[in-house]
Amino acid sequence: MDISRLTICDATEGLRKKAFSSVELTRAVLDAIALRDGDLNAYLSVDGEGALRQAEAADIARAEGRDGDLLGVPVAIKDLINVAGQPCTCASRQLDGYVSPYDATVSARLREAGAVFAGRTNMDEFAMGSSTEGSAFKVTRNPHDLTRVPGGSSGGSAAAVAGGEALAALGTDTGGSIRQPASFCGCVGLKPSYGRVSRYGVTAYASSLDQVGPMTKTVEDAAVLLQVLAGSDPRDGTTPKVPVPDFRAALRGGLKGLKIGLPKEYYVEGTDRDVMACVRKAVDGCAAAGAEIVEVSLPYTEYAIAVYYIVATAEASANLARFDGVRYGHRTAAPDSVFRLYAKSRAEGFGTEVKRRIILGTYVLSSGYYDAYYGRAQKVRTLIRNDYAKAFNACDVLLTPVAPTPAYKIGETCNDPLKMYLGDIFTVPANLAGICGLSVPCGKTADGLPVGLQILGPAFGEGTVLRAAYAYEQEVRA
Amino acid sequence: MKQTIDVAYVAELARLELSEAEKSTFQGQLETIVSYVEKIGELDLAGIEPTMHGQALVNVFREDVVMPSMDRERFLANAPERNGAEFKLPKIVEDA
Repeated sequence: MDISRLTICDATEGLRKKAFSSVELTRAVLDAIALRDGDLNAYLSVDGEGALRQAEAADIARAEGRDGDLLGVPVAIKDLINVAGQPCTCASRQLDGYVSPYDATVSARLREAGAVFAGRTNMDEFAMGSSTEGSAFKVTRNPHDLTRVPGGSSGGSAAAVAGGEALAALGTDTGGSIRQPASFCGCVGLKPSYGRVSRYGVTAYASSLDQVGPMTKTVEDAAVLLQVLAGSDPRDGTTPKVPVPDFRAALRGGLKGLKIGLPKEYYVEGTDRDVMACVRKAVDGCAAAGAEIVEVSLPYTEYAIAVYYIVATAEASANLARFDGVRYGHRTAAPDSVFRLYAKSRAEGFGTEVKRRIILGTYVLSSGYYDAYYGRAQKVRTLIRNDYAKAFNACDVLLTPVAPTPAYKIGETCNDPLKMYLGDIFTVPANLAGICGLSVPCGKTADGLPVGLQILGPAFGEGTVLRAAYAYEQEVRA
Repeated sequence: MKQTIDVAYVAELARLELSEAEKSTFQGQLETIVSYVEKIGELDLAGIEPTMHGQALVNVFREDVVMPSMDRERFLANAPERNGAEFKLPKIVEDA
């Protein structure tokens, strides 16, 4: 069975019609991984036996009359989401050998839905990066061009989905880490609104920005997966009790009458010509299909990267303090003091980008600098949130590019961290504002590299975003 | 305006031991990054409240009832060193 074009919806239909069993489907995914992962390096670990056992259980359940949109469907998991009994390395030597003692809420929800855990995907270490080159273990390659990055930090998940090694995957997005690799690899990636999906059991990078989301081949699949993940969780106090709509029902609203805002700060010089051409073509197509296009402004866009790299690194410096060699993770041999226990364990376990961000975050929170950096940044964050609130009074969704460039060559940004950070310009604002957004493929550059269209919606407005994305995918791009 | 960051001091605060090479590389890179983020200094932020959280939730409580936590064996399983039912560590408190 060739799973490269197989979607979650196709799989469920096939399972219901008895065209194949979950065991056969899971075996096909495992075979695809065995065949392709030598080139792609999307996976860090695969528990084939465990997956087949889950598939068997799903087949038995189905035979006994159980059904569900994810029953017996294999899903790949980014390696910072805890699944009981599986590794959770966060692509770091700090957690090499760590075995999760518990399920994250998202993992438990997938398990309850009867999904199969297909394997654990590569990422930038502790989710810090935009290319997956930051992994301590391997470099994932873009399926469309093996000399290029898949994007990051959920590069493994994106490459697995786009490269025919998975039906779907979970990723996380703190500053664009679902949307940008989805754009670079040519798959769909959705960042839910902050608080829409539980972060319990998901290794924290920046607690006020992180979200778990689906990475899939189609918009409908993203809706199906989001349905299982979404919903308030008593274990995550940042998930409000907001009703979860039927995302699949929301898909079919169409483009007629939809107000699409184009923020002028996202349509300026500096974006790759082919990227801009693909995005403009998508916008024109939406207009032709009956959407109303309005120009809006998000004046504080130019400050978003600065705010992000202050807030995210500050929060990361606090979140990564737990990796101290005491209860889990790497511990240095023979420390001569408690201070050395911490300082050496962390030095030996963390990679360069992680260390850099911890130092930056500690600096901006340190006495004498807190008000000038972190204090100010959180106020500018309010201005950015207000920009979006105001824009969404004038439109239903915003359409923008996802990144200023398509996938770049492996090694290109390694020595210039600021250059890499500036590539996040179109994605970080959504995390700062807590709103939702997705990337849907909208064409390719002259070199054959995928380009993603970003569709942003107000907080808890995933239904509208999915509606616009589905209509674009089915009616415009088709 | 170029900031001079005391990388060694910040590393100590972060409980992170850096090599001399790392300190020197980070010095330059961090000063470049900090120079960039200082653009937020241009803005007049009088009267603006900070956004501390992703959502404006306040006092999310649960009932003060004991709930099962985690089986001890499970959370000791990843211990770098253990002594029976406890994590084993170098001595912290100096003898008097």
